[in-house]
Amino acid sequence: MNTGTFNPPEIDYLAIAPILIIFGTAVLSVLVEAFVGRTARRPVQLVLVIGSLLVALYFVISQAGTRTITANGALVIDGPALVLWGALLVLSLLGAMLMAERTLDPSGDVFAARAAALPGSEDERQFTQRGWVQTEVWPLFLFSVSGMLMFVAANDLLLMFVALEVMSLPLYLLAGMARRRRLLSQESALKYFLLGAFSSAFFLYGASLLYGFSGTVSLPGIAEAISAKPSQGPLLILGMALLVVGLLFKVGAVPFHQWTPDVYQGAPSAVTGFMAATVKIAAFGALLRVMYVAFGGIRWDWEPMLWVIAILTMFVGSIVALVQTDIKRMLAYSSIAQSGFIMLGVIAASAEGLSASLFYLIAYGFGTIGAFAVISMVRQSGGEATSLSAWAGLGRTSPVIGAVFAVFMLSLAGIPLTSGFVAKFGVFAAAIESGDTWLVIAAVVASIIAAFFYVRVIVLMYFSAPAKEPAVVAVPSAFTTIALAAGVTVTVVLGIIPQPLLELVANADVFLR
Amino acid sequence: MESSRFIVLPAPLIHEAPEHYACIGREGFHKRAKSFSYEQGAIDPVNVYTPILILGILAFGFAAFSIIIATLTGPKRYNRAKVDAYECGIEPTPQPMGGGRFPVKYYLTAMMFIIFDIELVFLYPWAVAFDQLELFGFLAMALFLFNLAVPFVYEWRRGGLEWD
Repeated sequence: MNTGTFNPPEIDYLAIAPILIIFGTAVLSVLVEAFVGRTARRPVQLVLVIGSLLVALYFVISQAGTRTITANGALVIDGPALVLWGALLVLSLLGAMLMAERTLDPSGDVFAARAAALPGSEDERQFTQRGWVQTEVWPLFLFSVSGMLMFVAANDLLLMFVALEVMSLPLYLLAGMARRRRLLSQESALKYFLLGAFSSAFFLYGASLLYGFSGTVSLPGIAEAISAKPSQGPLLILGMALLVVGLLFKVGAVPFHQWTPDVYQGAPSAVTGFMAATVKIAAFGALLRVMYVAFGGIRWDWEPMLWVIAILTMFVGSIVALVQTDIKRMLAYSSIAQSGFIMLGVIAASAEGLSASLFYLIAYGFGTIGAFAVISMVRQSGGEATSLSAWAGLGRTSPVIGAVFAVFMLSLAGIPLTSGFVAKFGVFAAAIESGDTWLVIAAVVASIIAAFFYVRVIVLMYFSAPAKEPAVVAVPSAFTTIALAAGVTVTVVLGIIPQPLLELVANADVFLR
Repeated sequence: MESSRFIVLPAPLIHEAPEHYACIGREGFHKRAKSFSYEQGAIDPVNVYTPILILGILAFGFAAFSIIIATLTGPKRYNRAKVDAYECGIEPTPQPMGGGRFPVKYYLTAMMFIIFDIELVFLYPWAVAFDQLELFGFLAMALFLFNLAVPFVYEWRRGGLEWD
């Protein structure tokens, strides 16, 4: 290795401004926690969070059309990265709205008064009584968002790993900070952390084997090494498989999905909505980049592997969701099934597959965050009414919320005139074009099974007699209302006039190498 | 500076076969992959790791053999010490009643240790190569130190340094 001269990396600061803004604000927001008085912290943090997300979004929009590789090839800003950045920032904004809500729960916001207090202890009762809030959620939230932005733009495996950790570690903490049902929440955080750390190890091991194969960690470098070598050998295949396991874990694909139902159920609904939408987008963004840029040359080796995983994911997700009695767990299995459908776009390995996946991710993100906004509003005496039986007759007692939730369910099921239909059609068409007809047939069967449990919720809401202890829809503040309105508007508008977004994702063209 | 201070990683094996994968097509590739043999002199990663693999199999086999033989042939006499939790052979530390609280003060100390430990891990090699890293290296390290100071300040302001 040459140690002669040091060449400082050339960094295009304008191009990576969104990452820098979010990360810088996260650091600032830790300082706010240290120096600003207790009562002023919450408003200051909210201004910082919403302001920084908007400014970052402005920078993303203002440099539409930028195609550049910067920081010595570690970061790439191309069409898909910019589209994913925009989607991540908008959905994070909606997620922040859900997390800022504090009129739904009479005793405060959605987070525990002091996360360190022992559940059920005298301390906890006193902290709650004094109305303390844990404003540390905001720096954690911003760090996670900055990690996501970096994750989808990372062009080498080392940076991708760092981004993966920056994205995940705050989420592990956020999952464990629910105000209600704290033990369930802490259990989910621990499970998420342990399994997440395990999958990170897979990712690292894969990256090290790939370094052994190609002598580089950069994605285009690996692609070059693959095309330059006549023989692939075990290092490449094994390294790729382990790397993909790490990414599939974040995506929630079967058989790496075990964390999903527990975490979706245990985490506060606001965090679940934020995480379900954005982590899926970030993880699929990275998976698409790795598969298309680094392993595009050996697609015949990874396509059979992903075929099996996609089919397993679609069917396990759809079938297990049928028997769930908790609405958050049901949506968790639904998100697993949706991962299987999005994987069709990955397997297509074409420009159409890429743009169809991007559209699907955006449609799914808005639908999911809206659905969890509704869940956070439907309440019983002990907090959220997550048991499905409590939702019986909800459509008749609260027609508006019932109708809004029905829209989300229909969209996730892929019924025409909702964004879900356009999204599903896109990935199916892309997969057929790439010759994966049998996979699409399997996916259609899985969608029919999945439609059953989505429609079952609607039937339960409208055609069942109200439960003995019916859930009540609490009146939210402007925060949740904005998030919910945005979710339902995007879901319906993308279903009726999808052309603008379809053009946008088509113009995003391919990954820059 | 000599390169001996750095760990030199093995250079990747580069074969002289510029033929592009996609050019030979799907079937052509599989045929080629089967018929291909490593050139003379090239290091075969399979052979390099074979002894380690054999050692691993032997170790696993020995462990499995010992455990199975012990459960099959050994006498089974239990006493209190045997069913107790194993803690390096000493008396196990008693747990608080009902899995209750334990002091978290050492936890704060450990967090503080991590902050300064990471700082040192990066500061030391940076100091050694300071003259070569130019202004960029200096500014990058200054930013790094600032970012490390932020959690320290947070812990300080929130009373993490007070023992009681």
